[in-house]
Amino acid sequence: MSVIKTENLKFVYGAETSFEKVALSDVNIEIEHGEFVGIIGHTGSGKSTLVQLLNGLLKPTEGKIYLDGKDIWENPKKIRNVRFKVGMVFQYPEYQLFEETVYKDISFGPKNMGLSDEEIDERVHTSAEFVGLKEELLQKSPFELSGGEKRRAAIAGVIAMDPDVLILDEPTAGLDPLGRDVLLSQIQEYHNIRKNTILLVSHSMEDIARIADRILVMNHGHKVMLDTTENVFSKGSELEKMGLRVPQITKIMMLLRQNGINVDSTVLTVEQGFNEIVKYLGSN
Amino acid sequence: MNNFIQVNDVYFQYDTDEENSKFALNGISMNISKGEFVAIVGHNGSGKSTLAKHFNSIYLPTTGNVIVDGMNTKDDEHIFDIRKKVGLVLQNPDNQIVAGIVEEDVAFGCENLGIPPAEIRQRVDNSLKAVDMYDYRRHSPDKLSGGQKQRVAIAGIIAMEPECIVLDEPTAMLDPQGREEVISTITKLNKEYGITIILITHYMEEAVMADRVIMMDSGKVLTEGTPREVFSQVELLKKHRLDVPQATELIYKLKGCGFEVPDCVLNEEECVQALLKIMKTNSVGE
Repeated sequence: MSVIKTENLKFVYGAETSFEKVALSDVNIEIEHGEFVGIIGHTGSGKSTLVQLLNGLLKPTEGKIYLDGKDIWENPKKIRNVRFKVGMVFQYPEYQLFEETVYKDISFGPKNMGLSDEEIDERVHTSAEFVGLKEELLQKSPFELSGGEKRRAAIAGVIAMDPDVLILDEPTAGLDPLGRDVLLSQIQEYHNIRKNTILLVSHSMEDIARIADRILVMNHGHKVMLDTTENVFSKGSELEKMGLRVPQITKIMMLLRQNGINVDSTVLTVEQGFNEIVKYLGSN
Repeated sequence: MNNFIQVNDVYFQYDTDEENSKFALNGISMNISKGEFVAIVGHNGSGKSTLAKHFNSIYLPTTGNVIVDGMNTKDDEHIFDIRKKVGLVLQNPDNQIVAGIVEEDVAFGCENLGIPPAEIRQRVDNSLKAVDMYDYRRHSPDKLSGGQKQRVAIAGIIAMEPECIVLDEPTAMLDPQGREEVISTITKLNKEYGITIILITHYMEEAVMADRVIMMDSGKVLTEGTPREVFSQVELLKKHRLDVPQATELIYKLKGCGFEVPDCVLNEEECVQALLKIMKTNSVGE
């Protein structure tokens, strides 16, 4: 059974007012347990609306969302449990840190879940470790941390709820290249160990290419593709029409092919591209 | 005057009261000429945003001087003249938009400068045309995409007719298309209108568009030169937590293995040309 399934999902902002705007329509997706799915789409394509529907922050105008086979709005009073199961890291999550210490901030979620103090303590430490936050920082005020550390602390707060599905909206925005690399590796490592489902929204095609198993492409409130990373990035010209791009290395390989060089153009990283070119040069 | 902005041995501390407070800028000197397009790159905490805020006297040097068109930024008398000459565009477009209608937002700066209404009308129209947003002049800014909002913010600056625009990571929150729109707008302002551009960015694909790249680390200038000079130092860049464009990295790796490729390529076209050269020669011998 898929962990997340949507059926004819539709969402309208300001329904029945003069500001009515259809943000999503006819979205049917199925995501399996343990998948790592990247979500891409231009600004206003419906990505953020979709992820907010998935964890019950918004209620669908039409259609259904199933979590582990159960309609999440079957009993609206229990929607809180959906938010524990589907953890959401918003854009610039560091703006939401509010507690006196990093420790208290990370423990806020698990505390609300009604866990015991020992359990909370263990979760704070493991999630801090997952995101590479040093032990000695836990007793500091979140506002004494650097930007990158704050981001990690905020992500740890969501991981501490041990969600089955973790949604990250642009987790690397504003980080420098190394900060980006390190954070992505940590998310991947967490995914490998916890084997949970991760949905990652990003404008960086290079990041998505590196990390996702499958990619969901949104355009004007519709799902246009949900396919393997290779297949999605092999549709360069379609993506460009939607205001998206393929990673630069993929583009280079495509251009080589257009010039009659018979290389595999589905490469996603510089390493793969390099190997493919060396192989070609060696065999000719 | 050729040296439009001069930064002379600038040190800057955020907290001067605390004895061991770190220097965010650690002895920076540079000159920026009129009409130049300069990209400043460096990892988080390298001091690039701190430096950006020195160009129009939002921050003042703890020691050293910043001279804009002959005026010292420390001189209270000149503060408004300096801000008229040097406009600043920030990362988040939502934090820079104040009005409910695009053209009113663009007019905001001019109104504060006390420019006569008829001239404001003229300037607003021209600036919106310069950033290709004239058709949206009556729209509400919150209905625009990130790239469009950022172009409106840039139009608001251009309306004040600055000689220089400093942009602090203007594309960090934008999607790929929004990023391209903003960068092509910046390039146009530089090439067609002769506005001096100082672009602070993490995206090396953007930095390669500049005339000169200045790389910062720990509050100092680490290296500077044309994009080709800077990006040929792949090892140095990596050591200082900076990226190089994928095209540049690929060619660098091939060069390292002894293939006959140029020392440095900056974009996909150059990379493909270089690759076609070696790949086609090789297939001749088949």
